[in-house]
Amino acid sequence: MTTLAHNNVEHHHGAGDHVHVDYPERPIEYQTQDGALKILGFWVFLATDLILFACLFATFIVLRTHTDGGPTGKELFDVPIFTAETLILLTSSFTGGLATFEMHRGHRNRVIGWLIITALLGLSFVGLEVNEFVHMAMEGATMQRSAFLSAFFTLVGTHGCHVSLGILWMTGIIIQLFQRGITPITARKVYIVNMYWHFLDVVWVFLFTIVYLMGVM
Amino acid sequence: MASQHQTPTAHHEPSFPWQYVIGYVLSLVLTVIPLWLVLDHVLTPTPLTIGILFCAVLQIFVQLFMFMHFTHGDGSGEPAYQTVVLSIGFFFTVVFAGASIWIMSFSSQVQ
Amino acid sequence: MNTVPHWGIFITEPMILGSDVMIVLTSVAIVFALTKFKKWGWLWREWLTTVDHKKIGIMYMIAALLMLFRGGVDAELMRTQLALPNLSFLDAEHYDEIFTTHGTIMILFMAMPFVFALFNIVVPLQIGARDVAFPYLNAISFWLFFFGAFLMNISFVIGGSPDAGWTSYPPLSELGFSNGPGQNYYLLALQISGIGSIATGINFLVTILKMRAPGMTLWRMPLFTWSVLATSILILFAFPALTIALALLLLDRTLGTHFFTMLHGGNPMMFINLFWIWGHPEVYIVILPAFGVFSEVISTFSRKATFGYGSMVFALVAISIVGFLTWVHHFFTMGAGADVNTFFAIATMVIAIPTGVKVFNWLFTMYRGRIRMTLPMMWAVAFIPCFAIGGATGVMLAVAPADYQYHNSYFLIAHFHQVLIGGTVFGMIAGMYYWWPKMFGFLLDERLGKWAFWFFNIGFYVCFLPQYALGLMGMTRRIYTYPAGLGWTVPNFISTIGAYLMGIGFLFIVWQVIYSVKYGERDVTGDPWDGRTLEWSLPSPAPHYNFATIPTIEGRDAWWMAKQGQLDKNAFLPKKSDIKPIHMPKNSGRPFILSICFFIIGIGLVFGVVPFDVIGGLGVAFCMFRRSFEYDTDYYIPVDEVIHTESALGRLQG
Repeated sequence: MTTLAHNNVEHHHGAGDHVHVDYPERPIEYQTQDGALKILGFWVFLATDLILFACLFATFIVLRTHTDGGPTGKELFDVPIFTAETLILLTSSFTGGLATFEMHRGHRNRVIGWLIITALLGLSFVGLEVNEFVHMAMEGATMQRSAFLSAFFTLVGTHGCHVSLGILWMTGIIIQLFQRGITPITARKVYIVNMYWHFLDVVWVFLFTIVYLMGVM
Repeated sequence: MASQHQTPTAHHEPSFPWQYVIGYVLSLVLTVIPLWLVLDHVLTPTPLTIGILFCAVLQIFVQLFMFMHFTHGDGSGEPAYQTVVLSIGFFFTVVFAGASIWIMSFSSQVQ
Repeated sequence: MNTVPHWGIFITEPMILGSDVMIVLTSVAIVFALTKFKKWGWLWREWLTTVDHKKIGIMYMIAALLMLFRGGVDAELMRTQLALPNLSFLDAEHYDEIFTTHGTIMILFMAMPFVFALFNIVVPLQIGARDVAFPYLNAISFWLFFFGAFLMNISFVIGGSPDAGWTSYPPLSELGFSNGPGQNYYLLALQISGIGSIATGINFLVTILKMRAPGMTLWRMPLFTWSVLATSILILFAFPALTIALALLLLDRTLGTHFFTMLHGGNPMMFINLFWIWGHPEVYIVILPAFGVFSEVISTFSRKATFGYGSMVFALVAISIVGFLTWVHHFFTMGAGADVNTFFAIATMVIAIPTGVKVFNWLFTMYRGRIRMTLPMMWAVAFIPCFAIGGATGVMLAVAPADYQYHNSYFLIAHFHQVLIGGTVFGMIAGMYYWWPKMFGFLLDERLGKWAFWFFNIGFYVCFLPQYALGLMGMTRRIYTYPAGLGWTVPNFISTIGAYLMGIGFLFIVWQVIYSVKYGERDVTGDPWDGRTLEWSLPSPAPHYNFATIPTIEGRDAWWMAKQGQLDKNAFLPKKSDIKPIHMPKNSGRPFILSICFFIIGIGLVFGVVPFDVIGGLGVAFCMFRRSFEYDTDYYIPVDEVIHTESALGRLQG
């Protein structure tokens, strides 16, 4: 944010904002020094979040056979449901990517449109997951039933919380795009929220494989 | 305020998002293959596990390279540090999960 | 949940009542003084809302010294109880609480903030940056640490301290065996400050990678900065494991899950596994910055470049990677099997190699150097034999079969105090002395410092060497008393004397600081030690923007080279024509308020008061929302102001 080794002071007029541009020759999300720092910082955050999930995965794998005579994954997991969840999340990752693409082409309304679609897909994913959890709980498969279920709900639920947070965050950025258009600052925000979204898809791929597919194997 | 606001330094993107479309198609394929492998019981458990994990790893590469600009620098000419940091992250992911399974396997008979 | 607070918990015992009275009196005195001297505005503007890394560093250091005092008092109480057999100075419950808070506070609320203090104070100045990459996040990190520490410390007077040991192993720490708020305090305090620690790791990694002055390649970075880079990597990949371990245990206690319970398939050993995935790298997190300090101090006071710079960097990086592969040595006795124990035993021994490389490099740096025995150098020199003994006993412990004998004995206690005090504490004190003039503009008094040094060092060996013997004689850790006639009495008595000597040493440091505020030698040059690295090219204390113009770095130890005439010294002084408006972040009160909201959530979870959680959670969400919509986050210092400041310091050229 602070050290300006290069001091190319320029002013860029996007929707009436005065945005200080340090590097006009770079992609828009990297045009401020702050933008470049925050994007790298967010990558580093994703690396720590990855370890967070790694530890949850480790716990799940260690406890997955500890069902205490209660329901197992094979009995609980519903193939159409988790396949639908997977396809919805994959599609939302794609539409999020299209938002980044349109951002680089400078089409504000298309960016907003793709972000709204992405958030709605995310919302339907969360809806399906909540529905899945409620059904399991009504069948007596609660997180208090066995170590396996504690680990299952915590791992999948942590991912679901990440997705929910992402939806709120994306909504905030959509509002800012309406207010300010595409500037180096809003572009950086769009770029980062999409990184986050793709990352959640990365985590989901392993949930799909290790929790669900191996659960029904 | 123009609704289709063109930034003065618009990045040169192709007119069609080929990279994202290819990535999407690949990710669908890499989802369907393991699903088919599991549901149709075409393999015994060990190769099946390896097969679906392999698909998952490929899928990660699709997300990282087609969607996330994993190796793109910020234009400053410095290395794309995220590649290094996240690679270390993946390494420790494997270490922590793998070693935990190994370490805790002594009690695997506990139900 | 488990406990509803009632007023009785404030006055159950004389010791707690005494603490209550002390806290109330101290708080009233602080409020009175701030009001009387009209300092509330000053406190808010200059400290509570600051995003300046130098001030945040100073606050970390003050907090660390206070916590060193608190943890030190705990230690003195324990040693008093153990001085003779069958004493009843503390009862078993109090003893358990005190060894738990001693360990937790010393590692997480003393060593960590001390390390972060030096990160903040030194790194931006050493690499030629005006602040860290994310100054606002840096303030959040500090205040989360602060309120986490606050939560930990109020446990003693409100509801009871945690008493399951600093490692908090289940099933003892589960609800069935620790049915009180104490264990919740532990979980929440660590969780809240842990978020801040992860953020600090991200912050300094990005700062070092992206904000170095032009010309300062990675291979020209000072070794302290290298040690911070390696430490940041350790923090990033270790702390999430603690987050998970604590979160899952909290779920067990609050929602009735079965991760680590004895029933319904839970596995307590998984907590131990997760805890040490973090816990082992954690000891390197607190030791590597100390290694960085020693490299700077020994090189400066030997007037030589550090011997084997490349191998020093290699050793730091190797330790930060291999440090992740040794965690099982904390629980060899779990019985994971010969192959598991063998792998981790060998990895543990391997890590002694890069550490040994560093020790030899420090010795070779001193060899034929023109050594000056200043205070920082004394602590650095004292570190070497101390750490060598600690390292050697560490390798003894690493031998898995032998560890079945040493495990949880006083031998282990002596070992890790030898590396943590001899390494981290000596390093942090050396660093504090070394950079004190840079922070405050005056030096700490040498004579009082030498008294502190000798009391603390002699006290250290008197305290801990007998504990090796006690361990071999079969005394285990965490026992609150012992019968006469086991032969433990004399070593324990000697050990207690040593602990008192260390306490006197600490008091000398306090006296030294107070004395030096008034009488300490002022540092008018900005370079009191004839230093080598960039921070010594700045005045003491540095102006809040650090560098009026960012120098171009043309070599390792460029400032030293400039003083030797190998580089142009004027390159480090600002030229009037080169000064441009300086881009700086604005202060913000939000990090402070956000952290209070986390504290409220913490209290809510400790006592199971849901409205607190809701209020705190809404507060956190509101703060984050406001931040997202905040665009007016920075400002420019005008050229005139910079010129005025620099010419008043007599640094302006042309």
